[in-house]
Amino acid sequence: MGLRGPSRGEESQTATMPRRFVSPSRVRAVLLVLGVLVLATSCGWSLWDSPMTTVRPRSDFGRWIDDIFMLISWTTLVIFVAVEGGLLYCCWRFRDRPGAPTPRQIHGHTPLEISWTVAFAVVLLILGIPTIRIIFKTQEAPAATDLRVDVAGHQWWWEFKYPGLNVTTANEVHLPVGQTVAFHLQAPDVIHSFWIPALGGKRDVVPHRVNRLIMTPEAPGEYYGQCAEYCGTSHANMRFRAIVHPKGEFEQWVKAQQAPPVESTDALAQQGKEIFGKSACVGCHTIAGVSAGVIGPNLTHFASRRTFAGSLMQTTPENLIKWIENPDHMKPGALMPNLGMTGDKSKALAAYLLSLK
Amino acid sequence: MPGTQAAKTQGVLWSWLTTVDHKRIGILYGSSAFIFFLIGGIEAIIMRLQLARPDNTLVSAQTFNELFTMHGTTMIFLAVMPFSASFFNYMLPLLIGARDVAFPRLNALSYWIFLSGALFINAGWLFGVAPDGGWFGYANLSSTQFSPTHSIDFWMLGLQILGISSMLAGFNFIVTIINMRAPGMTLMRMPLFVWMSFVTQFLLVLAFPAITVALILLMFDRFFGTLFYAPSAGGDPLLWQHLFWIFGHPEVYILILPAMGIVSEVLPTFARKPLFGAPFVIFSGIMIGFFGFGVWSHHMFSVGMGPVADSAFSIATMLIAVPTGVKILNWIGTLWGGSIRFRSPLLFSLGFIAMFTMGGLSGIMHASPPVDLQQTDTYFVVAHFHYVLFGGSIFGLFSGIYYWWPKINGRLLDERLGKWHFWLMLIGFNMTFFPQHFLGLIGMPRRIYTYAPDLGWHFWNMVSTIGSLIIALSFVVFIVNVVKTMRSGTPAGPDPWDGRTLEWSIPSPPPVYNFAIEPTVHDRDEFWLQKNGDGHGGKPASRPRAATPQDIAAIHIPPPSHWPLVLALAVAVMVSGLLVSTYQIIVGGLLTLFCMYRFAMEHHRPAAGHGH
Repeated sequence: MGLRGPSRGEESQTATMPRRFVSPSRVRAVLLVLGVLVLATSCGWSLWDSPMTTVRPRSDFGRWIDDIFMLISWTTLVIFVAVEGGLLYCCWRFRDRPGAPTPRQIHGHTPLEISWTVAFAVVLLILGIPTIRIIFKTQEAPAATDLRVDVAGHQWWWEFKYPGLNVTTANEVHLPVGQTVAFHLQAPDVIHSFWIPALGGKRDVVPHRVNRLIMTPEAPGEYYGQCAEYCGTSHANMRFRAIVHPKGEFEQWVKAQQAPPVESTDALAQQGKEIFGKSACVGCHTIAGVSAGVIGPNLTHFASRRTFAGSLMQTTPENLIKWIENPDHMKPGALMPNLGMTGDKSKALAAYLLSLK
Repeated sequence: MPGTQAAKTQGVLWSWLTTVDHKRIGILYGSSAFIFFLIGGIEAIIMRLQLARPDNTLVSAQTFNELFTMHGTTMIFLAVMPFSASFFNYMLPLLIGARDVAFPRLNALSYWIFLSGALFINAGWLFGVAPDGGWFGYANLSSTQFSPTHSIDFWMLGLQILGISSMLAGFNFIVTIINMRAPGMTLMRMPLFVWMSFVTQFLLVLAFPAITVALILLMFDRFFGTLFYAPSAGGDPLLWQHLFWIFGHPEVYILILPAMGIVSEVLPTFARKPLFGAPFVIFSGIMIGFFGFGVWSHHMFSVGMGPVADSAFSIATMLIAVPTGVKILNWIGTLWGGSIRFRSPLLFSLGFIAMFTMGGLSGIMHASPPVDLQQTDTYFVVAHFHYVLFGGSIFGLFSGIYYWWPKINGRLLDERLGKWHFWLMLIGFNMTFFPQHFLGLIGMPRRIYTYAPDLGWHFWNMVSTIGSLIIALSFVVFIVNVVKTMRSGTPAGPDPWDGRTLEWSIPSPPPVYNFAIEPTVHDRDEFWLQKNGDGHGGKPASRPRAATPQDIAAIHIPPPSHWPLVLALAVAVMVSGLLVSTYQIIVGGLLTLFCMYRFAMEHHRPAAGHGH
């Protein structure tokens, strides 16, 4: 083979040298490192349970991806251990010893090199075949029975329209469990990327193109989503929620969304409605029966949403007042202008919006 | 020797400004690269501090966006590329037994144009409009509609200037390597660093035209109202992505191949064995360069190219992992059976192999498009390419710095501090970037300046930030090492590591003419052969005869020239005119033409004159 290291004779010479690798201080150091590792992993043990985790998939799409990811992870882990182990072994076994002769000048071993080249190619083939199967499986055309949701990525909020149901909402997409959903993705301004990690991979939202993402949510719950393609100043604040309802609950939500907003009798809310109708708000926002702007989010059922402004804040009076008074402060670069609504005006507006259940 | 006389009479500064000596240009490249590396590092530290806690308010959204744009741009174009260029400049002629590069003044021009481009990109900071579109500058966010300030202009024009520099340098080194090798140095006898650099130069001259085209279209869109990338007018923002990545992916190999070359020089020296399977390593480098042009769309799996394109680019990407894996096993084969001396250059090379392997393996994960749909644009990818470009390129380049420092400076770096640097960097690096794999898997996207506290991201972000401070500390150790040994370090002598290649056969630092007598080459490890024979019972190769004063007097050294510097300034005047006024463009353009003329005619002599 021509791959042998120093001969046996040299090895027995070095065996008489003090074994530096097992001194007590080294044992202590190793134990310390192990302790830190255990501590670190236990801190991170709940690691995979983030509301944006990719490794606890909650849809068929997510599961298929996770299966390939796991296959590749285990394969690469084996390669990793072999390569790094080989490297460390070489460093230990062939370390320079005092008086060691010049090593044999080996230039290579062609059959060996050819075989590991082929071995790599075979491993990659094993990973490539299921990959291609899933690529085609996840990019099939949508079926007529799929629930269609039109997604528009705006700087920096999400709009969701259900063309079959005549519902328009923002920053919260509601889905029924077990129903295949086909997202049709469009961008009116720049490129964004639509991503609900727990429900599977992302797909870019490209201006003047319609991309699709098809999946079937498999467990009810509230999953976080976020824009994943850098899209300007408040890219970090372009968040949303996907709420997967148990059977039946989704229909209730749709009914509530289809209904016109309930007129509030509260005086402050009435005052807010008046301010809304007279101000520039109407230029951008739709509230069924009040205004028809399309630049900003549809606010018809604003108060039914848990969060607002790119899912940045909980829907509370305090947050809403802060937002109305200075949008740019809450979401840097926000395209909603500061209309000088302060004091009573912003309070009234907030009361009105919060009455729009 | 007119070069050294001029240096004495005209002052040190002027001699550096007008130098055409490849070694001095190498030092200029290296020191500029290190300064920009520190700037890019500071940008990274500020970002890490901002992300250490959720809802942190250390910097604004706008500043953060500028920081990550400039961190990427700086590290790629102003740190790693010129670091590699400093080794091309300083070491290539020495490794091939030449006295200089083929076009010494063009070499100086490359450097000065590089510097003006680098300063131009960073000038955005001074005007409060630092580039903020990401290092990848995706259309149509880069349009005047969505980026109305000059921030994108600084980035776009600066990159164009840098492109000129890279093209000039690429052609120069291709010609140098093809034409200026010492007698007997066939292509297969070229040292590995020369080979990997050779491949890199081809990547440079073939990849940069793509981004040049992309940037010219962008320039037309921004300055002259064309609509190449404007979707509303039938333009296509994805055109930018294709053009950018057909440059951008070979660019990754431009960043990594020189480091692979360095590692392939360092391992044999410190294992005291030839590189295992050198032809395999050479051909896998060529294959990497070749396939590098066929995998660009793996940066675009999420844009919706359709299943056929996704599959094709996935297979191509997995294919490129084969030659990369081959290289790693050949390096381990080099260590096998050696007698390994753990000096600091070798430690950094071992760090390269260990860390680059991890980057390569995580790369296989997102070579699979379905997996990539979860990982792209998350911290998983941030972790991946830092394992490749920091764990790979930076570890490799620092291996080269520790390896060749005694050759360049004549004094050894301190071993103890070198080891401190290595271990701190290795620990800090893994602490910074390994947790980012976790962060990506639990959904943290890239390029976000803030995140909510309820996502479970804060713990690993804090770990990562602490790690980045340890990396910073490791470079403090390096700077202390340099300052300490610059004047008082142990003199290195010509051959401190028992080297194998020609640069170790000449004094440290080398004389201005490098080789007093042109060497004749019999083997890839020529100098080892001269010292020890071939290790199979062959006799040592003959050493060049000792040089006489007459030999040295007869050596022609190109005289210094100020035209490279002046021409680079003229180009800078012309380009910056695009942001100031049309008159400045015209004046700068005329000045550029004039300088080009003088540059071209500087050494032109009438036929009757006495040429060299």
